[in-house]
Amino acid sequence: MSSVEERVRKIVVEQLGVKEEEVTMDASFVDDLGADSLDTVELVMALEEEFETEIPDEDAEKITKVKEAVDYVNAHLG
Amino acid sequence: MSDSILAGEIALVTGASRGIGAAIADELARLGAKVAGTATTETGAARIAERLGAAAEGCIGLCLDVTKQASVDAALVAVEEQLGSKPTILVNNAGITRDNLLMRMKEAEWDAILDTNLTSAFRLCKACARSMTKARHGRIINVSSVVGVSGNAGQCNYAASKAGLIGFSKSLARELGPRGITVNVVAPGFIDTDMTRELPEAQRDALLASIPLGRLGAAEEIAAAVAFLAMPAAAYITGQTIHVNGGMLMV
Repeated sequence: MSSVEERVRKIVVEQLGVKEEEVTMDASFVDDLGADSLDTVELVMALEEEFETEIPDEDAEKITKVKEAVDYVNAHLG
Repeated sequence: MSDSILAGEIALVTGASRGIGAAIADELARLGAKVAGTATTETGAARIAERLGAAAEGCIGLCLDVTKQASVDAALVAVEEQLGSKPTILVNNAGITRDNLLMRMKEAEWDAILDTNLTSAFRLCKACARSMTKARHGRIINVSSVVGVSGNAGQCNYAASKAGLIGFSKSLARELGPRGITVNVVAPGFIDTDMTRELPEAQRDALLASIPLGRLGAAEEIAAAVAFLAMPAAAYITGQTIHVNGGMLMV
């Protein structure tokens, strides 16, 4: 079983079409990884599927970096 | 043109019990889509199922109140359960009129029209956008009206809702274009349906005189435009409004 961090990073790589080494914990989806606003919506959709949960819009808006996604999953599905 | 050109597509058509919506549902079914047609009552839904079922397999009727989010959510679940996936074609056709001069118009008449004709499209598009985005495929066709562009005395509410659909569709077309989803509008003119049969004789005659083709349109002629926008051939058309009005308004 992969760790939450590995699973999140894998999704980011797939969704945004970026290289694995670019997906550092501090990377911002928009500023560092070239995501547009629709990409970030789709990224949250993919996270919801991977972790079988629903992320409310108000929480989703706060997930702007890889670390924030990992933290969110750990906090809500731990 | 192949009769199964829409095979594999799942179409949701609101307001499909009569008039333009019924013709759209029939045409999409004829072209091979699995169609879910909605009505506001269970008996209406049953009649749609019967009519569509007689013509094509895998078509259903659903009861849907487009002004209720819970009803929209339930309809989407029903489509997925009974037809195998979420809609790949969405036709927002359901609409009502509450005509009145502005100075006599009650706020309730305004609200009812905006909610049923415009906010309904917001609810349904939002509910379908997710699965279409994932699939990188989808066709959204919103049924507006010539009066949304030309204006019409006594229809401030209706015209506002129908013009609203056009701006809404253009914006959504820009949002979803990058994901292979097209959003277009068909704006019918004066079509022979129950809605237009309610018009006073004098108004009807005056309208007819303003139509170069000199006759009312048929619901099937609107359905043909909607069906075209759903076809693979229309893949490069998005954010547009197709006017089907016998020339009564040329845009």
